[in-house]
Amino acid sequence: MSSAEIATLPESEGFRIRWGELAPFIALGVIILLGTMINSNFMSANNILNVITRSAFIAIIGVGATFVIATGGLDLSIGSMLAFVVGIMIMAMNALAPSLGPWAIPIGALVALVVGSLCGLMNGLIVTLGRIEPFIVTLGTMGIFRALITYMTDCGSLSIDRSLRTAYRPVYFGDFLGVPYPVIITLVIALLGAFILYRTKYGRRVTAVGSNSDVARFSGVHVGRVRTMAFVIQGFCVAVAAICYVPRLGAATPTTGQLWELQVITAVVIGGTLLRGGKAHIWGTVAGALILEVIANVMVLSDMVSEYLVAAVQGAIIIIAMLAHRFTSSR
Amino acid sequence: MSGAPVVFSDAVQAEDAGIVLVHQEILLAPDLTVAQNLFLGRELSRFLAVDDKRMNRRTAEVLARVGSTARPWTVVGALPLAQRQLVQIARALLDDRKVIILDEPTAMLANDEVDALLDIVRSLRAQGVAVLYISHRLEEVEALADRVTVLRDGKMIGTWAAETLDQRQMAELMVGRELSMLYPPKRDPTTAAPVLVVEDLLVDHGKIAGSFSVRPGEVLGIGGMIGAGRTELIEGLMGLRPSQAGAIRVGGTAATKPDVKALMAAGLVYLTEDRKGKGLLLNEGLGPNLILQAMDMINPRLRLDRQKEAAAVKTAVQEYDIRVRTLSIEAGQLSGGNQQKLLLAKVMQADPSVVIIDEPTRGIDIGNKSQIYRFIDDLVRAGKACVVISSELPELVGLSDRVLVMRGGRFVAELTGDDITEQNVVYAAASSGKDTEGRIRA
Repeated sequence: MSSAEIATLPESEGFRIRWGELAPFIALGVIILLGTMINSNFMSANNILNVITRSAFIAIIGVGATFVIATGGLDLSIGSMLAFVVGIMIMAMNALAPSLGPWAIPIGALVALVVGSLCGLMNGLIVTLGRIEPFIVTLGTMGIFRALITYMTDCGSLSIDRSLRTAYRPVYFGDFLGVPYPVIITLVIALLGAFILYRTKYGRRVTAVGSNSDVARFSGVHVGRVRTMAFVIQGFCVAVAAICYVPRLGAATPTTGQLWELQVITAVVIGGTLLRGGKAHIWGTVAGALILEVIANVMVLSDMVSEYLVAAVQGAIIIIAMLAHRFTSSR
Repeated sequence: MSGAPVVFSDAVQAEDAGIVLVHQEILLAPDLTVAQNLFLGRELSRFLAVDDKRMNRRTAEVLARVGSTARPWTVVGALPLAQRQLVQIARALLDDRKVIILDEPTAMLANDEVDALLDIVRSLRAQGVAVLYISHRLEEVEALADRVTVLRDGKMIGTWAAETLDQRQMAELMVGRELSMLYPPKRDPTTAAPVLVVEDLLVDHGKIAGSFSVRPGEVLGIGGMIGAGRTELIEGLMGLRPSQAGAIRVGGTAATKPDVKALMAAGLVYLTEDRKGKGLLLNEGLGPNLILQAMDMINPRLRLDRQKEAAAVKTAVQEYDIRVRTLSIEAGQLSGGNQQKLLLAKVMQADPSVVIIDEPTRGIDIGNKSQIYRFIDDLVRAGKACVVISSELPELVGLSDRVLVMRGGRFVAELTGDDITEQNVVYAAASSGKDTEGRIRA
């Protein structure tokens, strides 16, 4: 085409609203509206901050899961991995506490980040070098991590040293200018994730590998490296979540993080990321995590439905989200 | 139908009425057997269980009707492409049909297989079936058709009795103007030192092997039947399948290993024959496709340079004449010809000195074809080298300064100058005599 013709081309085909990308935010808005109508306490600043803070874990891990899923992978081990990292971190902090005092906390956190990333690296290398389906690999490591934390806690509980509790407490319960730290950490992780995914060459390759790994390979992209790196990012995010988790309960137990993988995958998928890879929405994932937590909160506040049914409603949400996606994208 | 107007709301209704479409692409489940594919969705059953015996017998009958040698119980994935195409046609014939629509049935076939298919179409006609044969291969249309309808840009141009049109007239109707020379004039022979030298390349554990070189300013054609191993040889060279090489030299420097990225950095790029499956990200826009391959060469930093990307898209759309309604279009929405031009633009982002193009014009219309031929000519005249793999003989002969012919995974003949004719290529590609080389070189 001539340059004159190109200059007259429209930048896009009009302002077509991308319902697929807006859907999670609209859904979140609707649920919040419902919550406000059902219970006046719902919109209180206290409750809202509480809900957002509690959604932080799923949102942080979800950012990592968005990378793995965008490359066409899946990580089922994240819940057990969280428990394992929490266990290792508590053990490291407890061992360091007598000699280092409060400094055991940052060192322990650093240990957690390294261990989490290594766990992710292990998942990634088995998937790529072993050429095994991620579903199977992470099903295996899920069992391994879960057994390890059960062993480490001796099927009881592994608590953090009393001397560290007061110093560590604010990481979950503290705030900066009224914004709780977990919320700030979630924002930072999501911003970082969005930057990597949308603004770097690595992010481009993640989408390329996810939408068609053959095309990526034929274009000289090292598909294995891109996939492995996504698992490492996932491990790192799990470790960040672990760092926020410990001050909340102060202990690791064999049930820590149990079934979180399902919540995380639900958050990612209702956020608009395709399970078969290719399209990734970091902010959608964050909205997805919020939706799950807000629904639970509304149900607890409402009295109408038993809170034991929270998981059922969350399960229904993922199916409805997929149906809505099918409906909006088939046109 | 039969004089009464009909409107179909879906394919099942049309099939019930006796009209069936055989799709251009092979739509068969590779893990199922031939019979299971034929009866997919309409399995014959006996009591509650499927009646494999009866289905296999019916399948064998239909396969015989289309001249296929496949067995009903063979798994489709194990069949060569040509056989799969026949299975697909057999599937359409399973029930009695009044009208069969064949959409580019020969796009994946080599020449002898095409002839066999044309015979099958003729026998269908003799059996009283109406055949709507969609093809851009004009010689097939001329050989088969009783009447010819020409479409251009989604508009019907007209219908003629076949004997009133020859291939040239059909081509002119398709292009809408007098056909200027489709192929650019040949270049003068060059004696420059080779820019790409490949020695003792072994692919797929030695099943396919070859050595070749190409000079700047030269188009080297690689001919042969489908399945001769041409694509596999080049994919091996690029490290896309298991391979080892005695030596690969690009522009005088030795490449350390067969690897797409390393070879691209050295100045060699490969444009796949499978533009939808291996060439382009169909769900992505022009920019991500354009820069995917050469990203590291254009921009050494970690961060994407979006302005540069947007500028590259505009330049490519202009230089390669990619026709788009909007710059935010997805690659999958482009026509085949424009996809091919985008793919060409993509590999050219690395500013290579040697370009290997596998089936440069498969499945695209004649206007885009002539443009791509001109790009190749411009490229070579600018001192670059080009290797073209093509199953279309006129194209291979029309483009190449030198032709290597492959058969059974080995090069069996080299043709130069006036020896580059369709007959010589076919003879070398198809005959099994040991004296081929001598005769053609003589």
